[in-house]
Amino acid sequence: MIAFATLLERLLFTQGRNDKIRLLRQFFETQPDPDRGLALAAIAGELHFATAKAGLIRDLANSRTDPTLFALSYDFVGDLAETVALIWPDSQTNAPPPTLPEVVEALNLTPKTRLPDLVAGWLDATDAATRLALLKLITGGLRVGATGRLARIALAEFSQGRAAPDDIEEVWHSLAPPYLPLFAWLEGHAEKPDPATAPVFRPPMLAHPLEPDDIANLTPTLLRAEWKWDGIRVQLVSTPGGRRLYSRGAEDISAAFPELLEGVDFEAVLDGELLVIRDGTVAPFADLQQRLNRKTVGPKLMAEHPVAIRLYDILFDGAEDLRPLPFDSRRARLEDWFARTSPARMDLSALIPFATIEDLAEIRAGAREAAIEGLMLKDAASPYLPGRPKGKWWKWKRAPLTLDAVLLYAQRGHGKRSGSYSDYTFGLWRGDELVPVGKAYFGFTDAELAWLDRWIRNHTTARFGPVREVEKSLVLEVAFDGAQRSTRHKSGVALRFPRISRLRTDKPAAEADRLETLEKLIPG
Amino acid sequence: MTAPHPETWLTPMPAGLYCAPGDFFIDPLRPVPRAIITHAHSDHARPGHEAVLASPPTLALMRARLGEGAGRSQQPLAWGERLTVGDVALWLQPAGHVLGSAQVAIEYRGSRAVISGDYKRQPDITCDPFTPIPCDVFVTEATFALPVFRHPPAAGEIAKLLASVKLFPERTHVIGCYSLGKTQRLIALLRQAGWDEPIYMHGALAPMCEIYEAHGIPLGELRPATVAAKKDLVGRIVLAPPSAIADRWARRLAEPVVCMASGWMRVRQRAKQGGVELPLVISDHADWHELNRTIDEVGAPEVWVTHGSEDALIHEIAKRGIRGRPLRLIGYGEEDGS
Repeated sequence: MIAFATLLERLLFTQGRNDKIRLLRQFFETQPDPDRGLALAAIAGELHFATAKAGLIRDLANSRTDPTLFALSYDFVGDLAETVALIWPDSQTNAPPPTLPEVVEALNLTPKTRLPDLVAGWLDATDAATRLALLKLITGGLRVGATGRLARIALAEFSQGRAAPDDIEEVWHSLAPPYLPLFAWLEGHAEKPDPATAPVFRPPMLAHPLEPDDIANLTPTLLRAEWKWDGIRVQLVSTPGGRRLYSRGAEDISAAFPELLEGVDFEAVLDGELLVIRDGTVAPFADLQQRLNRKTVGPKLMAEHPVAIRLYDILFDGAEDLRPLPFDSRRARLEDWFARTSPARMDLSALIPFATIEDLAEIRAGAREAAIEGLMLKDAASPYLPGRPKGKWWKWKRAPLTLDAVLLYAQRGHGKRSGSYSDYTFGLWRGDELVPVGKAYFGFTDAELAWLDRWIRNHTTARFGPVREVEKSLVLEVAFDGAQRSTRHKSGVALRFPRISRLRTDKPAAEADRLETLEKLIPG
Repeated sequence: MTAPHPETWLTPMPAGLYCAPGDFFIDPLRPVPRAIITHAHSDHARPGHEAVLASPPTLALMRARLGEGAGRSQQPLAWGERLTVGDVALWLQPAGHVLGSAQVAIEYRGSRAVISGDYKRQPDITCDPFTPIPCDVFVTEATFALPVFRHPPAAGEIAKLLASVKLFPERTHVIGCYSLGKTQRLIALLRQAGWDEPIYMHGALAPMCEIYEAHGIPLGELRPATVAAKKDLVGRIVLAPPSAIADRWARRLAEPVVCMASGWMRVRQRAKQGGVELPLVISDHADWHELNRTIDEVGAPEVWVTHGSEDALIHEIAKRGIRGRPLRLIGYGEEDGS
């Protein structure tokens, strides 16, 4: 457990991606089985404990500490696990700290009623860093800036050329912690694990943003265009071994969307966009958001927020791997497969006809539908390549909209930003009052954050717990991708993807934008 | 006749805490005719007062930092020496925060208030140690007044630093630390831990070090980092103001390991945010336990809190029957990096 805690701490404080990979690789080289596999599972987010949850930690903290002091501390630290790790009374026992396999086994096997005593015993036997690692394991989400993907890159380096990251990616979902066959393969003691017919995730092909310099190099006849839909990218996998719905990041999200898998009677791997579609019209992203990050879903939500997959590509038809084929051939196979199969809750992403790049620019500028983020441009001849290959696919987003809004409230950020006021609520004029229209917590540089933090501390007019109300005098230029009607906001409008694009210290608050200006941007 | 409650003669005003029967402010935030200064950090020792009373080292530090702004007339007061000002008697006792840092004890018609300024209880050879003064009202800071803040022994943090220097001999360790107090304490701790190598410094840190040496605190060999060649700094320890370590200034260093010495480093995400690779939990303020212990030692039935996490401290002492009062003085806690 101490080696794992040390790894997490070093990962957290290490900035460079390559340095993080080196740390992971060293860890895999020096730690025994099954410790290293369990650590790998924790970093990749593959360890789940049915009974140990964040609530358990909160209850423990409340039983050992003053609830008021705990709440104030949590507000400052911004992270539940870290707050408990820091506030927990220093060790009184001589018991040795538990090992990682002991912890994992006990969390899996201990009945729920006995967990609080077990975890408290561990916390009493460890220092703050190890307490934090333990608690992070229980709450899930280590937040040390390392993902499953990064770990698989480190594993590829650890294998000394025996496997590439994408080779590992392709067997990953057929394996389970502590990954003994995986390590045996990577160390050259065993053959590559055979996923056989398991419904594994295939690394998706991703696009680069289209930069102004790229446009001159595009050849219209060799390009295909589609809408870039504002949902989430998914991969639907159906093999004799099972059916899965994966997010772009290889996360298994099947349980949240049972209706998409229940009718599946074909064998294929499909790439598409998950959207809420009502009567053929794609609903704004806010509708889809209601269905994300859920472990289960009820019939009411399924009925009110009906989802479908808009298909972009086909990777496997039956057992046949179509990825080496050029885009045009895969597209023909996709259309053919779709006509043959008529799958429920799916449709095809349409190809947009165009002759010149100027046509495309016009089409992009004219897209009014809220659920369209812009255009996708794809090389007609390119095979389906994992990762983000250069010069094959581009995303050409619509130009963002901007507004000049007035800063109303600020809140200290959580996690990485826990020390600064980094969440900003801003508003627009309606008559002579300012109404909040949204919240933004990124888009600014570190220097701007420091400036804003200082400004907020010096211009606070009232405090409500962690929130500070500020003097209504600072204008922020807010960029966003779209506006929708919303009953959740006092202003009746919700912004999509708002971010701070500039600090308008030059502009008096009275000259900030009015709510009517924003309302005109709402489609329909 | 009962003694008047200190709230009748000691009042928080926009300019700071004001003592009417003595007609002076303590650590005023804007220029005033008469000021008593607890210590020379810029949020407590502001420029432009007419008459300034402080400990002799504080006056020396203020003159070095503020020049003519250090006060038109300056009156030094030695530890424990009683002085009558208007209708009050007052004296200074060490606060253990930085060189010259003082608590101000004020008596008026049989009641006594102690304004402790910023203080710490950990041992520190670069300044005189905090001595508790029994009082009716104790005025305290609350910079680290949350139970998550526990400053470990500083020697252990220095050991962590020296272990890292050994582990990465090809790199330069640069430590962000404030020019007054933290810098000199770090140097003294390094010397205590047996680090006899020259210590390199950003130019902004040198003047304060000279004053410490003039007050009999040896700091060993110090060299300017600004004129040193990159290869000369390999394997060395460099001290710099926190603003410089993430800046262009740090590019002169060989693969710097960015360290930061502050009580805030106890919170990882906070350390992470500043781009720190090696956080060192070394503070010149009292931690949660020290604040509470100090309040118990002075035995005051009432505690006023100037700045910091006053809610938590007031909640905690109320459980022991001590009345807490937030003064909400805006403007402290901005310079010293804690």
